[in-house]
Amino acid sequence: MTFPESNLRRKKLGQALMFGLARAISYGIVAILLLILFFIVKQGIGVVNWRFLTAMPENGMTQGGIFPAIVGTLYLVAGSMLFAFPVGVMAGIYVNEYAKEGPVKRFVKMMTNNLAGVPSIIFGLFGMALFVNELNFGASILAGSLTLGLLALPIVIRTTEEALKSVDDTFRQASYALGGSKLYTVRKVVLPIALPNILTGLILAVGRVSGETAPILFTVAAYFLPKLPGSVFDQCMALPYHLYVISTSGTQIEASRPMAYGTAFVLVVIVLIVNILATLLRNYFGKKVKMN
Amino acid sequence: MRLRRFTEPVFESLIKISGYSTGFIVLLIVIFLFKEGISFFNLSPVDEGSSLWVHNSNPVKKLTAPQIKDIFDQKITNWKALGGNDQPISLCTLDELGEAFTEEQLGAKFERLPACIDSYIDSLPGTIGFFPDKQTANALKNAQPVQVDKVSFSKFISGTEWFPTSRPAASMGVMPLLLGTLLVSFFAILFALPLGLAAAVYLAEIADERVRRILKPVIELLAGIPSVVYGFFGLVVIVPLVQSTFNLPVGETALAGSIVLAIMALPTIITVSEDALRTTPRAMKEASLALGASQWQTIRKVVVPYAASGITAAAILGIGRAIGETMAALMVTGNSAIMPRSLLQPVRTIPATIAAELGEAPFGGLHFKALFALGCILFIITLIINFLVERVSAKRVR
Repeated sequence: MTFPESNLRRKKLGQALMFGLARAISYGIVAILLLILFFIVKQGIGVVNWRFLTAMPENGMTQGGIFPAIVGTLYLVAGSMLFAFPVGVMAGIYVNEYAKEGPVKRFVKMMTNNLAGVPSIIFGLFGMALFVNELNFGASILAGSLTLGLLALPIVIRTTEEALKSVDDTFRQASYALGGSKLYTVRKVVLPIALPNILTGLILAVGRVSGETAPILFTVAAYFLPKLPGSVFDQCMALPYHLYVISTSGTQIEASRPMAYGTAFVLVVIVLIVNILATLLRNYFGKKVKMN
Repeated sequence: MRLRRFTEPVFESLIKISGYSTGFIVLLIVIFLFKEGISFFNLSPVDEGSSLWVHNSNPVKKLTAPQIKDIFDQKITNWKALGGNDQPISLCTLDELGEAFTEEQLGAKFERLPACIDSYIDSLPGTIGFFPDKQTANALKNAQPVQVDKVSFSKFISGTEWFPTSRPAASMGVMPLLLGTLLVSFFAILFALPLGLAAAVYLAEIADERVRRILKPVIELLAGIPSVVYGFFGLVVIVPLVQSTFNLPVGETALAGSIVLAIMALPTIITVSEDALRTTPRAMKEASLALGASQWQTIRKVVVPYAASGITAAAILGIGRAIGETMAALMVTGNSAIMPRSLLQPVRTIPATIAAELGEAPFGGLHFKALFALGCILFIITLIINFLVERVSAKRVR
């Protein structure tokens, strides 16, 4: 059988066309995404200065700074990680080191996947029902941190699990051969090797938590507070919620636009820092472990 | 050594408990969500502690919540429209009584109010009255209470009106919200899937390793941008763009929502389907090339079909994200809870409704519980989506 020359050429032309299209679409998508970043940075960078980061909002949040929102987000991130990190790491250890293959392990993994897929507004509803009302914490940093912690939990579990999975089994066997118990092996051998990757997971979770709005709407976030929170039972302001309220509600939406751009810029910078940190950590320690 | 013998079991049981934590949390979410959500049904849609009354001679004894709303909005003005006698409907609340009677007639502590209502309704047999039970003491002689259908599951699901705060009776039909959610999500995926798939094919099969190493982190980075930032971007860029392109009175439309959600779904779709495309065994690709197929034909006939289940999983996952997305949808879709007719009108999604209304709903009331019922619907949709993704991915492993 022979192929006519024109058929072959058509085939080649078609391929070139489709490849070109796929490349154009890919670059187009990346361009759109970069454009969003560029837009936020361009509009926001002029607003952000030392005063913007360290002053209280003024004049109905059309002037001044976003200091209380930054502080609130820091509290919420710290509070949520205080819960999600230990529990998540231990759950990851359970799944990878302790649980035997079988229905129990499958169930635990399925539940982790389910929790990861729950929309963030459901966490908000749940946090309001359980922490704010049932446990009577009220709208508070405690309730908001726990709600955000639940949301971050599957992220920490998954990355810990992946990190532990990548630890070569020979390390474990060597420890057992020297008489190390299971927990001792996990603690002294497996965890130290997996630590950089686990920390990467922690950083990614921090990034996710610092930008979440829906879970804190009813559990902690305040529209405006004249002073910083004094205890974990106080409400606080938070960056993502601040961006939401000043860009959608109130009577001075236009006047507070610069503040909104500045806040969006700070949020984007947090995400950038988090991603860069995670990548650096992974690359730096990734090499070190391999060299050993 | 002895101490360790004591602490080790403690640590190990802590680890085990943590392992079960996610299952426990999912269970708690189900309990709390459904406890509030289910208690919504069998409540009366009429304001708590109040009742509606009609004259004894009025044959209409039963009304639905939307009918009551239409009556009090004066869209229905004759009892004939409701299957009653041909007489005009007149409304009577405490305000009307205050105008019709003097303070003396009503009594200093409104103790003669029931008698006044009685005489008012008797003089106007077409009256429908709405009074707090405290004032009527359920003791009117010339009038009888109207029975109002309780909130039922089927009415909640099939109802086409969402007026949760309307008085005297709230209408809570989930249809406009559900359709709004599905409309926005469907078009978001319709926009995102072909583009995302093309990008995934490019990254997995066509691009140089060097190019891939630059593009992939950028795409992953954008998965980390908070949804409120996308919502803000949508609000200041996409919404005005949609408004001017289609010459609309407002730019906050289902279309704007779909575009923003499509952008947000792209990273998920690209990474998941690229991973799937990469699982195609090299031998299969080489067999195809060896048979004289071009690289493009190989992609189309071998690689993409092989990864079909993974690509399906990516699409379902993307739909799930779009359905559950709260802040971006809230900020750009215009939040109007009416039955969606076109992409160019404002709609409201289920998560956006919860986010917008829960803060104002009185705790434990009808509206509050209705929002939890919405949460239950959303949660069930999520579970179905997770289940589908797991089924589709499991097929791939086999």
